[in-house]
Amino acid sequence: MSVKTMDETAAGTTVYVYEAPVRVWHWISALCIVVLAVTGYFIANPLPSVSGEASEHFLMGYIRFMHFSAAYIFAIGFVARIYWAMVGNKNARQLFMLPPIFSKDWWAGMLQEVRWYLFLEKEPRKYVGHNPLALLFMFVAITLGGLFMIATGFALYGEGAQGWSHALFSSWVIPLFGQSQDVHTWHHMVAWGIVWFIMLHVYAAIREDIMSPQTMVSAIISGYRSFRK
Amino acid sequence: MEVETFYEVMRRQGITRRSFMKFCSLTAASLGLAPGFVPKIAYAMETKPRTPVIWLHGLECTCCSESFIRSAHPLTKDVVLSMISLDYDDTLMAAAGYQAEEIIADVRKKYKGNFILAVEGNPPLNEDGMYCIQAGRPFVEVLKETAADAKAIISWGSCASWGCVQAGKPNPTRATPVHKVITDKPIIKVPGCPPIAEVMTAVITYMLTFDRIPELDRQGRPKMFYGQRIHDKCYRRANFDAGQFVEHWDDDAARKGYCLYKMGCKGPTTYNACSTVRWNDGVSFPIQSGHGCIGCSEDGFWDKGGFYNRVTGINQFGIEANADKVGGTVAAVVGAAVVAHAAASALSRARSTHDDQNREDK
Repeated sequence: MSVKTMDETAAGTTVYVYEAPVRVWHWISALCIVVLAVTGYFIANPLPSVSGEASEHFLMGYIRFMHFSAAYIFAIGFVARIYWAMVGNKNARQLFMLPPIFSKDWWAGMLQEVRWYLFLEKEPRKYVGHNPLALLFMFVAITLGGLFMIATGFALYGEGAQGWSHALFSSWVIPLFGQSQDVHTWHHMVAWGIVWFIMLHVYAAIREDIMSPQTMVSAIISGYRSFRK
Repeated sequence: MEVETFYEVMRRQGITRRSFMKFCSLTAASLGLAPGFVPKIAYAMETKPRTPVIWLHGLECTCCSESFIRSAHPLTKDVVLSMISLDYDDTLMAAAGYQAEEIIADVRKKYKGNFILAVEGNPPLNEDGMYCIQAGRPFVEVLKETAADAKAIISWGSCASWGCVQAGKPNPTRATPVHKVITDKPIIKVPGCPPIAEVMTAVITYMLTFDRIPELDRQGRPKMFYGQRIHDKCYRRANFDAGQFVEHWDDDAARKGYCLYKMGCKGPTTYNACSTVRWNDGVSFPIQSGHGCIGCSEDGFWDKGGFYNRVTGINQFGIEANADKVGGTVAAVVGAAVVAHAAASALSRARSTHDDQNREDK
């Protein structure tokens, strides 16, 4: 995350940043989040009623099933990703590390990034992994946000499903918030927060791919990041 | 003073042995116990001295009492009222004034540490409790004093359990639920506005017959009645799963009895026994009569915005806001910002490329 030695980020060099499990996890999670956001919206605001006998339909049931399946995949992926953070390369660890808020260097890098986005800098700094601003956003939205959604989500799921999710999550999350409706509201609110993050994330990745001297989109597909200029 | 057993009291009241046994089986059934428990209940009632109950009323509307006296099983109504030895309940008792207040002192002395204190309503703490005066004293004093000698406390209804409407923002009287005032006694919360009559009588019967408090969940509610949500046992659940919802109060779906989820039914977030025990001798419950559940047994239900919204309000963002409105608005702002920033980026890039071009041309 600190500025790398020139040889590693020099123009024309290519570095292997994202290992295969990280890339696979990224795209699976991305798909899960899209499914979760869409189905989640329709759980809170259901589609217009279907006609006929109740026994002929299972629309809400299927929407909820998709939500729960995607949630399971996201949660299992999250756990696997934490495992990979421990055994993978140092770029795999970045996501789960509290940003170094006591490091002057990090704050200087952060300021630089903010200035870059405000068109006050001609060139952004080069980073092998995430830049300081991205690191903060990733940590808050994905690590903290993801954990929050998993905990509140399984708490709500456990209310009906009982079993392990009730014992592990519902039993303490619901009393912590006061009541189930509050957990619903917060689950909903943080979901929107993740939607905002994704809008910014996708925009920033494409913009940096075009405007910064390093590749972004191809890096999360092939794993290699190239530096130009 | 000679101590009577429950059974003796019941016989004295003219209840036959046969009715007594019927009551025992009904109680066993309503508590979800095996038939083998019937003789145990009967034995306990024949041998145990009856436990006095003091029923205090704080800041409340008496709906708990109204519900309680309508307990449907006739024996429960007849028997429980005499059997529990309801020694003090200013709403139901004949005595008044000094005579009535004497009873509390009497029971506290004679049954020290061995009577049950049932509290309906809650104490307001502002102005030293002056918002609720009983017999010339603030209710909070009476409550603290009586609780000190009680074996256990039953918090009747949402007032005693959570605070309820009188604790609604901004809570001018600082109405405070019982468990935040009395912290050194076991407290059984029986929330609801009011709680179901049969739940009330069953809780009290359980405590008297087994001489212990029923198993409670983390929030202090008896698991046997508050272990599941209304939604889990709702007879309209099939319509929910199918995706059939009432969209307006007078539409065809409402007449067909579809799910009230979109009308803000709080069944999916409310722990209570309404969809199984029901009300008024099992006649009906809110959803059955076509109105969504308002979640009256849940903490803070009175401050969660409209009873008719599925996604409830977030007070911090103004009265009309909810998660979707806030989320959607911010998403639109973020989207607009992204578009504006992208345009600015393209412009600045074009300009710098243009400058480069010019430089090269020169």
